[in-house]
Amino acid sequence: MLRFVLRRLMSALPTIFIVVTLSFFLMRVAPGGPFNLERPLEPQVLESLKRAFLLDRPLIVQYGHYLWNLLHGDLGPSFIYRDFTVAELIAKSLPYSLTLGAWALLVAVFGGIAIGSYAALKQNSFVDYAVMSVASFGITVPNFVLAPILSFVFAVVLRWLPAGGWGDGGPANLLLPVISLALPQLAVFARITRGSMIETLRADHIRTARAYGLPTRVVVIVHAMRAALVPAVSYLGPVAAAVLTGSVVVETVYALPGVGRYFVLGALNRDYTLVMGTVVLISVFIVVFNLIVDILYAVLDPRVRYE
Amino acid sequence: MAETLLDIRGLNVRFSTPAGDVHAVKGIDLQVSKGETLAIVGESGSGKSQTMMAIMGLLASNGRAEGSAKFQGEEMIGLPLGKLNKIRGAKITMIFQEPMTSLDPLYKIGKQLAEPMMRHRGLSAKAARERAIELLKLVKIPDPERRVDSYPYEMSGGQRQRVMIAMALANDPELLIADEPTTALDVTIQAQILELLAELKQRIGLAIVFISHDLGIVRRFSDRVAVMRTGEVVETGTVADIFANPQHPYTQMLLAAEPTGRKEPPADNAPVLLEGRDVDVRFTMGGGFMGGKKLDIHAVDHVDIRLKEGQTIGIVGESGSGKSTLGRALLRLNHGTGAIRFGTDDISEASRQEMRRHRRQMQLVFQDPFGSLSPRMTAGQIVTEGLLVHEPQLSKKDRDLRAIKAFMEVGLDPATRNRYPHEFSGGQRQRIAIARAIILKPQVVVLDEPTSALDRSVQKQIVELLRDLQAKHGLSYLFISHDLAVVRALSDYIVVMKGGKIVEEGSTDQIFDAPRESYTRELMAAAFG
Amino acid sequence: MSEMTQALSEPTVAVHGTSLWAMARHRFVRNKAAMASLVVLIVVAVFSFGGTWVYPHKYDQIFSSYVAVPPSLDPYPLEDTLEQVMQTAVERARLRLDSFDADGTSYTARISSDKPVDPRATRYLDRPDEFEGAEIVSTLDDGKTVEVKGNINGQYFPFGTDRNGRDLLPRIMVGGQVSITVGLLATFVSLIIGVTYGAVSGYVGGRVDNVMMRFVEILYSLPFMFFVIMLVVFFGRHFVLIFAAIGAIEWLDMARIVRGQTLSLKRREFVEAAHAMGLSNWQIIRRHVIPNTIGPVVVFVTVLVPKVILLESFLSFLGLGVQEPMTSWGSLIAEGTTGMQAVPWLLIYPAAFFVVTLFALNFIGDGLRDALDPKDR
Repeated sequence: MLRFVLRRLMSALPTIFIVVTLSFFLMRVAPGGPFNLERPLEPQVLESLKRAFLLDRPLIVQYGHYLWNLLHGDLGPSFIYRDFTVAELIAKSLPYSLTLGAWALLVAVFGGIAIGSYAALKQNSFVDYAVMSVASFGITVPNFVLAPILSFVFAVVLRWLPAGGWGDGGPANLLLPVISLALPQLAVFARITRGSMIETLRADHIRTARAYGLPTRVVVIVHAMRAALVPAVSYLGPVAAAVLTGSVVVETVYALPGVGRYFVLGALNRDYTLVMGTVVLISVFIVVFNLIVDILYAVLDPRVRYE
Repeated sequence: MAETLLDIRGLNVRFSTPAGDVHAVKGIDLQVSKGETLAIVGESGSGKSQTMMAIMGLLASNGRAEGSAKFQGEEMIGLPLGKLNKIRGAKITMIFQEPMTSLDPLYKIGKQLAEPMMRHRGLSAKAARERAIELLKLVKIPDPERRVDSYPYEMSGGQRQRVMIAMALANDPELLIADEPTTALDVTIQAQILELLAELKQRIGLAIVFISHDLGIVRRFSDRVAVMRTGEVVETGTVADIFANPQHPYTQMLLAAEPTGRKEPPADNAPVLLEGRDVDVRFTMGGGFMGGKKLDIHAVDHVDIRLKEGQTIGIVGESGSGKSTLGRALLRLNHGTGAIRFGTDDISEASRQEMRRHRRQMQLVFQDPFGSLSPRMTAGQIVTEGLLVHEPQLSKKDRDLRAIKAFMEVGLDPATRNRYPHEFSGGQRQRIAIARAIILKPQVVVLDEPTSALDRSVQKQIVELLRDLQAKHGLSYLFISHDLAVVRALSDYIVVMKGGKIVEEGSTDQIFDAPRESYTRELMAAAFG
Repeated sequence: MSEMTQALSEPTVAVHGTSLWAMARHRFVRNKAAMASLVVLIVVAVFSFGGTWVYPHKYDQIFSSYVAVPPSLDPYPLEDTLEQVMQTAVERARLRLDSFDADGTSYTARISSDKPVDPRATRYLDRPDEFEGAEIVSTLDDGKTVEVKGNINGQYFPFGTDRNGRDLLPRIMVGGQVSITVGLLATFVSLIIGVTYGAVSGYVGGRVDNVMMRFVEILYSLPFMFFVIMLVVFFGRHFVLIFAAIGAIEWLDMARIVRGQTLSLKRREFVEAAHAMGLSNWQIIRRHVIPNTIGPVVVFVTVLVPKVILLESFLSFLGLGVQEPMTSWGSLIAEGTTGMQAVPWLLIYPAAFFVVTLFALNFIGDGLRDALDPKDR
């Protein structure tokens, strides 16, 4: 088990390396720079700033320097938020994104699987159609449409909930952002689970279980559910990484201090280190969640362990 | 007569489909007595399986059953699920056709065996496990203490079917329903499973409903037979009566459907048409660019074979024996080594282009009449496709005329040539595949299990057709099959293969009447009892 | 014995069969949701692409008099505001407005001054968007008072205007053009790359396939959204760049689907039969592989188009889409989001078009999948 985990982590390192390298050079060959402001800086100030951030050195030196620092866990100083390092910025905002993301993930995964299974069991009933209509609504309507509309209805028109801000991080503040973030994913999970559940319920081994007098509850939960979860699990990895590392849209619409906005802000302001920091963060999350998915696979399906 | 266990009266099964209701079982009556084995025989679509599914409450969601089926006096049709679950798996158990998929792939077989025992008899997990080991011993699984912790994927098809039988016997049922339990297995395994079932039946004294399309098995295995056709029982009787003195024409037809006749061998001095010397084929499975375990399979292991003009060589063997691979290697359709001669030409090293001019002389007919026809082309297009390559000068009209001739030759209505494969039955599709081969006027046709996917009565027609075509065109056949009855009817020379090697070869009479090798004898025993 | 030869008087007359395509078309046409969606989609496309030819307002035309006016089926200006507008215009001309009457399409105003009124002053009256064609009809009081008649320039803004005074309706049309075009072009790009890559990988197989698929796997694990955003931010918000970037991401799925199809087709017996008949590789690909791959590819394309539209709109929402005054549905939704308390229609109308279109595309996709699904056969 430990060896499996280590091997997977090792094999993920090249991916992170490729991502870092690509992002680094992509950013640097692009026109513009962090200090091309609307009001140009004094030449001396610009020079000293460039020296301080090593921008006067050859690109390859900067790259080597960045990698070396990265290996030591140093993401460098932010170019724009000059009083902070990138690590500090992320550390400050990540907890908000994680809290929001964790709730959204829980709602999406458990809600989606429960709804999808229920719809599969009641296939072609009214409940099934209703659930699947809502699901296809969730899939069709992206969160940058859903979030403003929810906010408009519940905060502006009905005035039941605050329109934005973190506040005390209580349910009132979190409800709309969590729904906006979770609903599209919940819909996908529901759809996947319904499909795989219907397929599994038709499988020969389910017929065997029924032929041997096992009650429906046991047939569904013990025998069908486990097989039906496999496709949902494979979708879990990318979704978890995306949801937990913050959503630009939801954080912007609800004015939340999460980490998601930093990527876009950093990119727009040519804040090289901030962009790189968020890229590294996302990559690590992707790697970790892919690993978790692999482990879950092995738990669910013994045939995977065999390899 | 012993006490009646299962009493079916006026049972109807209907399925609602988008194209309208399908009446699968049409008001049948059947009785099963305690301790007897009733065989239900019929071809595909006769409703034989659905009858039993209806009784067990296992119909698909669009199916519904009406009528009466009393098990020990209790009405099974419409029985509430709670009560039904007290009977299924306890008093009536079932084994299925597909041993590979009938067990849950995600749980150890010990747990799957234990589950019904714990449910119906309230055994503790520990007691159930011990009983599971006992049962595995009973069905002759070697090393049961260890195998009880195996997953299904770690077992072979035959072993899985044994596990299913163990599961069926776990709660000492009164009635066992066996739905084509050996159809998916190789003949030798099939024989072992049937032997096991017969032995257990003797020991335990349970009644068996044995659903099968295979009359040979039914004859050996059952006490009474019910013949079903398109949802109706056309005839019931004891095995002896039915086989000796069938009343209904359909039963007579089924019994006569066993392919008959023998083929005369060609003259001794007939020239050799296709010859393979030291043919060897290996495959690598799995393993990729970035490692992974590789599995080398030696599919054909240094085989020599010579096919004379007008000869039919039957290549027999079980799955994995390399018989199909050998057939393809001789046609240069896979990467084998060895010297292959066609007529006077050495084609061992011929390139694709060089092979093209030989292709029309060497044709191939496949097992699966569904998979071997392109679903998006009309039957006429399929049949004439080879003419595009080999007679490109033909006009569209000429090709159409040739298609009409080929259709008539294989006994198909030429008016149907603009239809698509999905609009034909299995037997008709196989005729299309044969028409596609013979339209090119080949000399050699490799027939890869051409009758295996077909019902017996259709099988017989195809055998007759192949025989007629051979006589008419002087064809040579390489007939690959696991079905010894068909092979005997068509071939004059037999090659028995196992594990890529030739075990034994000789004239048909010699192999069937006086097999030398024990493996051949085993095959014969399994096939003909 | 139905399979036996039947004597035929006229063997060359053949019955026509039903091809799989015909069956699929039949199933699709019977699918009410899909057909309705197809109609909706055609209406939206005609509205977007044809509308700008017919509709009088241009998408970048600014009506400074009508900034952020709510949607209305009545023409602007609203009558009760007219006098105020005329008052302002008259004052600009340093004149006095004595009386003002409006009756739907025309007005009569009486204007006076201490000096004789210069006839050229009517030009001031035409200056606001609301009025046009001012003409002096009678002169009184030695020219110190004039009666002016003119037309009220009625403007319809059924969807209202934005905060720059631009009519929202043509902006939604143009936004639709951009979204639909990007959706189709990017899908086309990914279709070309994906089908070629997947078909080659699957048909050649072996080591080449291994290397090609390994490459795809590596690309899969990259956070592509980030690269697109970076590309767009750093190299400018160019229309071509946006769809090229999106197309370049989305080909991965297409390649995998086509490869899988090709691989499984290669193993199908009818392809082996074609080999045995001596057909060349190219003939096999053309006659057997391509026709059998089209179904899944078509289904995937209908999934891809809404996905691409979503991506483009997402970029636009972040302010990284096409540049002003061009617009897309995503940009319009982003604009609407920022001011939804005061001007909710700026959010509601573009969002409605966007959602309706995506729904239609999804239903069509579902319908096509049901119609073409080989499991159904």
